[in-house]
Amino acid sequence: MEYFIELLFSGLTRGAIYALIALGYTMVYGIIGLINFAHGEIYMIGAFTAFIVSTVLSILGFPLLAIIVLAGLAAAVWSSAYGYTVEKLAYKPLRHAPRLSPLISAIGMSIFLQNYVLLAQTSDFQPFPELIPEFDFMEPYIQYLGSSDMVILVVTTVMMIGLTVLIKFTRIGKAMRATSQDRKMAMLVGINVDRVISATFIVGSALAAVGGLLIASHIGQINFFIGFIAGIKAFTAAVLGGIGSIPGAVLGGVILGLTESFATGYVSSDYEDVFAFSLLVLILIFKPSGLLGKAEIQKV
Amino acid sequence: MISFEELKRSFLVSLWFVFLTFPIMVIKANPIEKTIIWRWENMFYVAIGSFVLSILIRVVNQQKTRRLARRTALDPDATPNEPLIQIILRNPNYLYPLAGALTLFALVFPYLFDTYQTNIMTTALMYVVLGLGLNIVVGMAGLLDLGFVAFYAVGAYSYALLNAHFGIGFWMALPIGALLAASFGIMLGFPVLRLRGDYLAIVTLGFGEIIRLVLENWNDFSQGPSGISNIPRPGLFGIELSLESAILYIYYIMVALVIITIFVVNRLQDSRLGRAWIALREDEIACQAMGIDKTKTKLTAFALGATWAGMMGVIFAAKTTFINPASFTFLESAIILSIVVLGGMGSILGVIVGALVLILLPEYLRALSDYRMLAFGAILVIMMVFRPQGIISTVRRTYKFKKQDAGNTQ
Repeated sequence: MEYFIELLFSGLTRGAIYALIALGYTMVYGIIGLINFAHGEIYMIGAFTAFIVSTVLSILGFPLLAIIVLAGLAAAVWSSAYGYTVEKLAYKPLRHAPRLSPLISAIGMSIFLQNYVLLAQTSDFQPFPELIPEFDFMEPYIQYLGSSDMVILVVTTVMMIGLTVLIKFTRIGKAMRATSQDRKMAMLVGINVDRVISATFIVGSALAAVGGLLIASHIGQINFFIGFIAGIKAFTAAVLGGIGSIPGAVLGGVILGLTESFATGYVSSDYEDVFAFSLLVLILIFKPSGLLGKAEIQKV
Repeated sequence: MISFEELKRSFLVSLWFVFLTFPIMVIKANPIEKTIIWRWENMFYVAIGSFVLSILIRVVNQQKTRRLARRTALDPDATPNEPLIQIILRNPNYLYPLAGALTLFALVFPYLFDTYQTNIMTTALMYVVLGLGLNIVVGMAGLLDLGFVAFYAVGAYSYALLNAHFGIGFWMALPIGALLAASFGIMLGFPVLRLRGDYLAIVTLGFGEIIRLVLENWNDFSQGPSGISNIPRPGLFGIELSLESAILYIYYIMVALVIITIFVVNRLQDSRLGRAWIALREDEIACQAMGIDKTKTKLTAFALGATWAGMMGVIFAAKTTFINPASFTFLESAIILSIVVLGGMGSILGVIVGALVLILLPEYLRALSDYRMLAFGAILVIMMVFRPQGIISTVRRTYKFKKQDAGNTQ
């Protein structure tokens, strides 16, 4: 039973991170129908920015709390800036191009960004400073849930609530929903669609950056390649939940995290990813548009 | 020619890029030795580079609009000229001599260049066939497949394993590998029949990863990450070939296979099946309504695409004499897909050009050493931005209605 609870929490932590990244995929997909393959790289850049800022600040001798706040802010700001720029350079000129062209452009961008970080920084794994201290009040539960796991769960939940508020109750959120329903119609009622798309990329990138910061400080090391696997997993989570649906991304992330955690715990750690993908294939066979996705009615 | 306003804009762009690249380009922190290196010179390069590029793009855009304006001013009704390549493609008087010249060039290629170049060319030709195979699935049938490399792996491993366990030779393994890959194609095809578009993409991606992970972890079966070595090169009636002549031999096998593939794919495109694929790509429901069996059409697309990949896998194993799962990653699928899209989806010549460009380019970019993949990624983006339809796009067959003829017949 203890083992079960331990696996449950580690799965939830993992799932929370997948969900944070998956939100970026699902939001972008919902609005412009594009699989943003460079999104994993945005997450990696977020983690790297946090790594650089926190290392510099800790060498300069800042207090821990200031480091956490500043590193988090820097990660979110620069990730958003990258997300915004990538959209302007690689996707915006292709808005009326054949459907697969932006996908290739995204793959190109992803290769470019990986190598950019590789060349400008390093190809080695870098130790990420431990930002989250062990809390004293967590002592009795430490075997189930570490402090950093708890921080991840809390921060993710807060971010999700924030995102829901943003989408449901603000002007830009309303514009996002309108654009994702019907872009042409949204333009007709006076929504600046370009700005909405930019905002979507910025919000999605900031979420990914937070995910990057959290997971990097949880695992304790980063390199330029972490975005790839995380990106594919998060994309799987988004599709699992039904791409384009925001609660779907969260649900997909959690289910994927739990599956991986239990599969590694009870079966074998070698086949962790195999279980994740098999689950995806199984779910899509029975529910072709994902768990919470709407089945689109196709017309001629 | 460049106004002050535009200079100001370019300046802002360069400022933005300085900000954007600041943490990653300028700061290099080492947490173990606790040192920070500030590389201010990088900031300077970024500023100058982005400013110059931004001005250049502005100049090019200006000239483009000016040229367009001049043309429409001269003759408002003028339609843009048909590109030269399409004229050549449609007219057999030009096409056949050109194809003949290219074949001749391919045949004498090893005598003009050294073994190293021949080897690279063999790889490029392999990707031509892989691209043509994926073109059936993605370009013609419109099914986005991100796990195409799985079939390639099936082919390679079937030769390696059959040879290691049963001593089956290259020429026997070639059809067996192709058949096995085709059956894997059908196996993948069945569960995904109901899926559309991007759902299909992620399932195929997952399938590709599953195959790779199984090969990596099932040690008893595939010897895991260490791979299988000592795979024999193709035999020639039992004659022992030196390394150089073996390379030459594989090169000619590839030239023959490319010609066969082009012939088959070209015939397929105009066949009943090929037209069914195109109908499926254009509109699934309309296609069904026309009485086309959707299941059969999709499955044949997967199976035929996979067949080529399986064959190439066998050749790959024979060429490198060593395979391991690291050769069959998602990046490989992405590169094959890029070949198809960059070359021009559905266009056979486009795919050939795309493969040659994408495979030879990184080889000749080796001079850039570390910057090779960086340049590769940038080129993919730039090519797509400037030619989203691909280098050579397909032209759908259309019948033109001529006004004069219509007048005469009345």
